[in-house]
Amino acid sequence: MNSEAFFVLGANHHKTPLAVRERLSLSADAAATLAAQLTQLQGLREFTLLNTCNRVEFYGVAADPLAAQRVQAAFCSQQQVDPAEFEQIRLNLRGADAVRHLLEVAAGIDSQMIGETEIFGQVKDAYAAAQSRGHTGPVLNRVFQKAFQAAKHVRTHTAITEGQVSIANVAVDLAHTIFGDLSSTRILLLGAGDIGEKTAKAFQSRQAGSLTVASRRFERAMELATALHASAMPFEQRDARLSEYDVVVCATSAPGVVVTRDAAKAAIQKRPARPLFLIDLALPRDVEASAADLQNVFLYNLDDLAKIAEENRAAREAELAKCRAMLAERADALWKHIEPRLAELKANHHG
Amino acid sequence: MFAGLTDRTWLWFAAGFYLAGLLLGTLSLLRGQQQSNTRINVIIALGYLCQLIGLYARGRVVGGCPLGNTFEIFQFTAWSATTLYLVVGVTFRLSLLGYFTSCLAAVLTLVSLAIPAWDLTRRAKIFGGNPWIELHASLALFSYGVFALLALTALMLVLRHYSLKKKHLSGWFSFLPPIMDLDHISVRLLVTGVVMMTASLIGGTIYWARDPASVNSTKLLMTVAIWLAYAIALTLRLKGHLLAKRFAWTCLALFGAALLSLGPVDASRHSPALPAPDHVVPR
Repeated sequence: MNSEAFFVLGANHHKTPLAVRERLSLSADAAATLAAQLTQLQGLREFTLLNTCNRVEFYGVAADPLAAQRVQAAFCSQQQVDPAEFEQIRLNLRGADAVRHLLEVAAGIDSQMIGETEIFGQVKDAYAAAQSRGHTGPVLNRVFQKAFQAAKHVRTHTAITEGQVSIANVAVDLAHTIFGDLSSTRILLLGAGDIGEKTAKAFQSRQAGSLTVASRRFERAMELATALHASAMPFEQRDARLSEYDVVVCATSAPGVVVTRDAAKAAIQKRPARPLFLIDLALPRDVEASAADLQNVFLYNLDDLAKIAEENRAAREAELAKCRAMLAERADALWKHIEPRLAELKANHHG
Repeated sequence: MFAGLTDRTWLWFAAGFYLAGLLLGTLSLLRGQQQSNTRINVIIALGYLCQLIGLYARGRVVGGCPLGNTFEIFQFTAWSATTLYLVVGVTFRLSLLGYFTSCLAAVLTLVSLAIPAWDLTRRAKIFGGNPWIELHASLALFSYGVFALLALTALMLVLRHYSLKKKHLSGWFSFLPPIMDLDHISVRLLVTGVVMMTASLIGGTIYWARDPASVNSTKLLMTVAIWLAYAIALTLRLKGHLLAKRFAWTCLALFGAALLSLGPVDASRHSPALPAPDHVVPR
C-alpha cells in the first residue's frame, strides 16, 4: 500500500487533554535532539515536525512501513511517555487522510479556535525549519507548498476567518468600526487585571496610538504600564481626564460604578467631534448603563462582546463543511499526484 | 452597431448599468458577501460612459448644457454624482459607497426616464447664449451632484450609528465603513459642495445685478435658501454644534429639499417652453 509511505503521527487538542499535551510538548532543545535522531532513522526519507501549544505532529515520508513506529518510539523515549498511553490518544493517519489533515491544519479549520490564522504561520515556520535542515524532499516540499496554497484559497473564498472570536479582539474590532485606523487612538485601561491586560495587548497588537493604565492600586498600574510600555495615571484622575481618551477599557473589580454617565457626558462635551467608546469588561459593571444613551458614546459590556464573539464563532462553524469540501478536493488531487512518487520510493527501497 | 441609437436609448443603457450595480450589490449583501469593488466600479464606469454619450448627443442638438427640463436636470445630477464618485469617491476606499452611488444613479435616471412628461418640452435659450451663465448653471447642478454623494455618505453614517448603538453588527452592517472615516469624508464633501455652489451663485449674482428682471424670484429664493441651509450646516459642523447622527440626518434632509427645489426652479424660468428635441442620434 502506497498510503503507508506518507503519514502523520502525533497528538493534538482533539483527543489529548491539556495536562498530557504539556508532557508531550517539545522544548526547542528537545525538538532539535529528536530531529537529529530522526535523520538517522531507518526507512524515514523526509519529515517535518509541527510543535505548537495544541499539537505535536510528525509529517513523514517513509520507504519502510515500520518507519512511523520507529518515529513513535523515538518520540516516546525522548518525552519519557509510555508508548501504550500515547497510542490511546495519538493521531495516526496515512496516505490521502494525512494529506487532508495537513491541509485542514494549515487552513485553521482543525484548530481549537476555528479559523484562526496563527497556525498558518506556525506550519510555515515548521516547514521552513525542516527544509533549511534538509529534512524535507520532493514529496513534503510539494505537499506543504500545496497546503499553503489551499489554506490561502479557503481563507479568500470562504468566511472561515471572518469576525473575531475572542472578547479582546471583538473589542478591538469594534474600536476599528468606530475610529478606522487605530494609530491615533488613545486607550485608557481602568483596572490592571488579566482580562484588561489581554484587551490592552490586543489593542497594542493592532497598532493603537497610546495606552494609559489606571488602577485603584497605583503601584499595580505602574507595574502593568511598564510591562506594556504604556503610561500610568492615578485612578482618581479618571473623570477629569476622560476626555483625553477615545477608548476606555473598564476592567476593575470595584463594587460600584467607576465611570458615571455625568463623567462620560462631560468628556464627550469637551471633544464632541470624536466618539467615545466605553468597553465594560467588569462584573459588577463599571460603567453606568445610561451612558449608552449619550450621543456619540458607544457602550459595550461583557455580554454584548460575548454575544458578538459567539455569533462570529457560529458563522465560522457554518463555513466548516464548505471548507472541508474544498480542501478534500485539493487533497485528493494532491494525493493522486504524489502517490506514483511514493510507489517509486517503495520499489527502490525493496529493490 | 451602436450608430443608430438615440440619446434616450443611451440613457436607458446607463440606467440599466446603474440598476445592475444596485441589483448585484443587493444580491451580494443578501448573501452576506461584499461586492467586489472592481466589479461595481466597472459597472458604474460603463453606466457613466453611456450617460455621457446620451447627454452629449442631447447637448449638441440643444446647443449647450442639457439643463432645459426636469428630465435633463435629474440626468445631469445623477451624472454629476457618478462623475464625482469615479474621480474622487473611488479614492475614499469606502466599502459600499459604489453600491450606494449606483442605487442613487439608478433611481434618478430611471425615474426621469419613466416619466415622459418631464421630457416633452424644454426651455429654450435658458442661458441666453452666454457661456458664463451656462457655467454658473452647470456648477450649481454639479454641486447638487456633490450633495448627492454627501447624502450617500450621510446615509451610511446614519446606518453605522444605528448598527453600533443597537449592536447589530453582523450581516451587511459589517461592510459599512468606520464612523470617523464617514464623518471626515462627509465634511470634505460638504465643504466642496458649498464652495462650488458659492462660486456658482457669485457668477449668477453678477448677471442678476446687471439685469434683475432676468431671474425669477422663486428660482432666486429657492437657490439661495438651499445654499444658505448648506452653508449654515457647514458652519455648525465646523464649530462642533452639529455632529454625528444629527449632522448626517441634516445632510439627508437638505438633499431631499434640494431635489424637491429642482422642479419649482425649473418651472419658474422665464424662457419659453418648446417641444423637446426628437430622440437624437449622437454624431
